[in-house]
Amino acid sequence: MKKIFERPASLHNAPFHYCPGCGHSIIHRLIAQVIDEMKLHEKTICALGVGCAVVAYNYFDVDLIESPHGRAAAVATGVKRARPGSVVFTYQGDGDLAAIGTAETFHAANRGELITVFFVNNAVYGMTGGQMAPTSLIGQKTTTSPAGRNQDTAGYPLKFSEVLAQLQGTSYLERVAVNSPANVRKAKKAIAKGFQHQLKKTGFSMVEILSPCPTNWRMGTIESCKWIDEVMTKEYPLGVIKEKKC
Amino acid sequence: MNKQLMSGNSAIGEAAIQAGCKFYFGYPITPQNELPEYMSARLAEEKGAAFLQAESEVGAINMVIGASSVGARVMTSSSSPGISLKQEGISYLAGQELPAVIINVVRGGPGLGSIYSAQSDYFQSTRGGGHGDYRTIVLAPASVQELADMTALAFDLADTYRTPVIVSADGVLGQMMEPVRIPSKKGRKKVTKDYALTGAKGRPSKAIHSFRMDPKDQEDHNWKLMRKYKRIEQREVRYETFLLDDAEMAVVAYGTAARIARGAINRLRKENLKVGLIRPKTLWPFPAEIIRETAKQLHDFFVFEMSAGQMIDDVKLALDGSGTIHFYGRPGGVIPSPVELYRIISRHYYQSQRKRGK
Repeated sequence: MKKIFERPASLHNAPFHYCPGCGHSIIHRLIAQVIDEMKLHEKTICALGVGCAVVAYNYFDVDLIESPHGRAAAVATGVKRARPGSVVFTYQGDGDLAAIGTAETFHAANRGELITVFFVNNAVYGMTGGQMAPTSLIGQKTTTSPAGRNQDTAGYPLKFSEVLAQLQGTSYLERVAVNSPANVRKAKKAIAKGFQHQLKKTGFSMVEILSPCPTNWRMGTIESCKWIDEVMTKEYPLGVIKEKKC
Repeated sequence: MNKQLMSGNSAIGEAAIQAGCKFYFGYPITPQNELPEYMSARLAEEKGAAFLQAESEVGAINMVIGASSVGARVMTSSSSPGISLKQEGISYLAGQELPAVIINVVRGGPGLGSIYSAQSDYFQSTRGGGHGDYRTIVLAPASVQELADMTALAFDLADTYRTPVIVSADGVLGQMMEPVRIPSKKGRKKVTKDYALTGAKGRPSKAIHSFRMDPKDQEDHNWKLMRKYKRIEQREVRYETFLLDDAEMAVVAYGTAARIARGAINRLRKENLKVGLIRPKTLWPFPAEIIRETAKQLHDFFVFEMSAGQMIDDVKLALDGSGTIHFYGRPGGVIPSPVELYRIISRHYYQSQRKRGK
């Protein structure tokens, strides 16, 4: 019998703890597949953010360092500068990256740090129980915006990828989603491209991944995937935001 | 290496490089700017080294975490308000058991404080400083030579115990120039770093983290750290005494304050006032034993600090109710002269003698 699918070698044989319908497990698997396919396993080091994926060292079978909340891009900078031959990626949520980690991410990007950032955007703080994130949509109800996000008091959804596109140090920025088989395939390609930009040393690369959070969105799994298509992508359109020649 | 005239901040830099420090991450703040400036020039000459001026002290300490996690010798430096910002990262370094050297050229606080020499970060340095159950080794140099020696020692201690080490200097030490012999590269013991992340080549992958999902695991981890700190307390206490043998009063002072105290004691001795000095060279672990031993010989301890009184708590803990503790402090960046201190000590000395009917 022909084997057509198996667990990527760069994932530990451990069941994910994520909620049903959560996008993290898909994204973990895609990153691990790409690491295997590009044969990067032996030189990859992950700087892990804090959020739902804080224990991703139980899943990613690569060398890994935990980072304080928001600081993964700075930790990754230290790793890369001290060990330039490594392939370094961070894995961060939208609260981690776009709120508390704004300075670290922005300056790593501006320095053209040769790291790849996987930015999981689910428009909410997942691990702490569904509070408003900088990426939450206008009107989005969360546990800290029970009446819906109001731009007059809480500002606007932060389009971090578009912000980074202004910086000369960034070489590749793409927004993808993992809410349908077709989008999952595109996401995998973008992840590979992110690593390619790092390997070719063209600059800082980041893939923003829109990911469903049915638990904190108070939606069903299918409804969550639809919400990404119908609502979230209106604010955060999918596609390449910036791509330098690589 | 031959003796050369160097500023304290440059001596720290050169000693670090000779100790094998290849990476420096920092952010400008007075009065330690000569150190990152020195490192930016010198590390550019070293093979496989890197200097990076970070976006903030927070960024810098996290870059230190990253470089340390791959097994490199790495240093950062700052001054009091900047060290406050680094405390989150220092707590992580302790929890992740990663070595690093942190230089604090202390200035007056709280808040932005003054840029002048002070010792008011004693509590922050010796009590952990960040969140959680941890300690950092704290070295307290009192000369440019000791800045160099203790910077080199800091790297060895950090690697031996896999823990962050703070060198607590101040603006006077950082800025002044003295002849110094930088400790040589040769003969340094190599520490194998089996925790270092190098990519999972021919071995299972490794993860470095302070987080434990299960509180029982976290408790085990914390007790493991505590056992390590106990070993450090047993092995790494360092201090110096001066004219203590016949003393009837012992001054306890460290760093720049201890230099001033020496000047004061020399004057006191000229008038036959029997005053000696205990100078802690490690603030944590604190040299409590010598203070307890000295309490068998004399009754009066005089704590002098360039703060409103912080180390005095450790002297009290060491004495545990015995002896009498006198105190003089100048917080905020004011540095008293040896004459000023001499006058204060002699007054306390005579008062004590009278009280005891001598």
